[in-house]
Amino acid sequence: MNSRKQKITILVFFTLSILTFLVSVGNGAVQMSPVKIIKTLLFDQGSTSYQIIWNVRIPRTIVAALVGINLSLAGVVLQGIMRNPLASPSTIGVSAGAGLVGLIFLILFPQYYYLAPIGSFLGALGATMLIYGLAWNGGVMPTRMILAGVAVSSLFGAGNNALMTFYPDRVSGVLNFMVGGLASITWGDLKLIFPYTIICGTILMFLPTRLNVLMLGDEVSTGLGLNVEKTRFLFIILSSFLAGSAVSVVGLLGFVGLMVPHITRILIGSDHKYLLPACIFTGAIFVMLCDTISRVIFQPTEVPVGIIISAIGAPFFLYLLKGKGGLSYGHKRK
Amino acid sequence: MDIRGNNIVVNYDDKIVLKGVSMEVNKGEIVTVIGPNGSGKSTLIKAICRSIKIGDGEIILDGKNIDNIPTKEIAKKLAVLPQVKSVSNDLLVESLASYGRFPHLGFGKRLSKADRDIVEWAMEKTGTLALRDRNIMTLSGGERQRAWIAMALAQKTDILVLDEPTTYLDISYQMEVLELVKELNETLGISIVMVLHDLNQAIRYSDRIYVLKDGEVFDHGDPCEVINRDLLKDVFNIEADIYEDYKNNCPYIIPNKIER
Repeated sequence: MNSRKQKITILVFFTLSILTFLVSVGNGAVQMSPVKIIKTLLFDQGSTSYQIIWNVRIPRTIVAALVGINLSLAGVVLQGIMRNPLASPSTIGVSAGAGLVGLIFLILFPQYYYLAPIGSFLGALGATMLIYGLAWNGGVMPTRMILAGVAVSSLFGAGNNALMTFYPDRVSGVLNFMVGGLASITWGDLKLIFPYTIICGTILMFLPTRLNVLMLGDEVSTGLGLNVEKTRFLFIILSSFLAGSAVSVVGLLGFVGLMVPHITRILIGSDHKYLLPACIFTGAIFVMLCDTISRVIFQPTEVPVGIIISAIGAPFFLYLLKGKGGLSYGHKRK
Repeated sequence: MDIRGNNIVVNYDDKIVLKGVSMEVNKGEIVTVIGPNGSGKSTLIKAICRSIKIGDGEIILDGKNIDNIPTKEIAKKLAVLPQVKSVSNDLLVESLASYGRFPHLGFGKRLSKADRDIVEWAMEKTGTLALRDRNIMTLSGGERQRAWIAMALAQKTDILVLDEPTTYLDISYQMEVLELVKELNETLGISIVMVLHDLNQAIRYSDRIYVLKDGEVFDHGDPCEVINRDLLKDVFNIEADIYEDYKNNCPYIIPNKIER
């Protein structure tokens, strides 16, 4: 794939993300065409439609897009720096840490439920540091980090299950957090995620060459004058902020961070100069689309978006993996 | 530009791999490190390329301890081709070569016209210009190694370090790589430090060799003077005959049997 094609592909993704945004805002219990949406927003600000669009649909769709952006950027960065296709935000303990601390607030201290987002964000950062520390041995080996991540996640998972076993009556209240949901998003939730998307996303856009160089192996990177440990640490911190803030708002939506980067890589190639910006749009499109489906498919019941993401994403991912792009997928050592 | 190692000591946990090794590479030389498996060759090369930390001793690049030189500055003077490298399945030759400009790029900067010219030059020198749009994964072993050398060459350094550049290559590709290395040394004056397993290749292509045994320098110097039957027996445990290769003006070894 040449760079012209890659630029056009990004442009297509951009256009699709705008369209998806309009479709997402226009669909739900009440359906509205894009024209009607714009008319209502501009000229009909006292109506119920305006309330639905401005106070419910738009913040929710924006948060869905940001969650998609954050998780897919975090995933693509982690897969790059660990040179491992199985790396994802859950690998560095984001889901485990956020899950445990989030559940502690929601189940043990329901009176402080409003602290759950910030708690799960701190839990995500804490778990990342714990795993990083455990994997440290004069330097962090990607394989060690992945194994430490699996072990810590399993330990924290046991904690989650213990909480749910001892407080079965409170489980139904936390279900939305466990499977990831966008149902009760308001404008207020935006501030928990938006700053991280902007800051970390902007920093990442300056670092594609560093990611490309890291893909060549630690020794080659060192030879090219890259400080491997510092760079990897910076990327892990950025991913942790991105994924941690996403999880703090919508709960555990880990699969997006594993799958969207792979889908995007199959579509646009693995040069991070194009892959990083592409992931912004594919991540946003994917979560907005799944959220829309989650609202309309079993009306009037709304399905948690995490279920839709897995139900649609996994087959689509497997289809691409079996196809022409997927056959040669993987980073071979040579 | 020269590089020297003084009394380098390297430990892996409690095992001492290098027990105070000193070596030097002068400007324009080809220096090869040989030795049996586990003698510390690759460790020495990795220490010089700052891929592993040294326990004691010092490495001096151009009169300065490398601990006191920023890593990007080192990369402008010393290029490395390690044994273990990885590429994604869609990396193009030109992209790989262009990564050689990384140490020269400022934060967030893109390649300038001058950088692109250097990348082009590096591909031309390594005979990979015609392969520029090819995927690394589709190249033959020899072509692939030349593409990697193009990357190292684009760094525009005075020293090139290669860790077993001929491993996994068949005999014609081995020659191709070594001839290229020799040509770069002769035409561009780049100093070469490498590890080779094949003793005859080491003798033929090197100005000087370092023979390592059990983490120590057993002997070093002009290969014609260093290589003899006793050394082959003491270091490599082989009983060998040494002939004269008149065409290349160097000794040629034919091993006969293992001596333990």
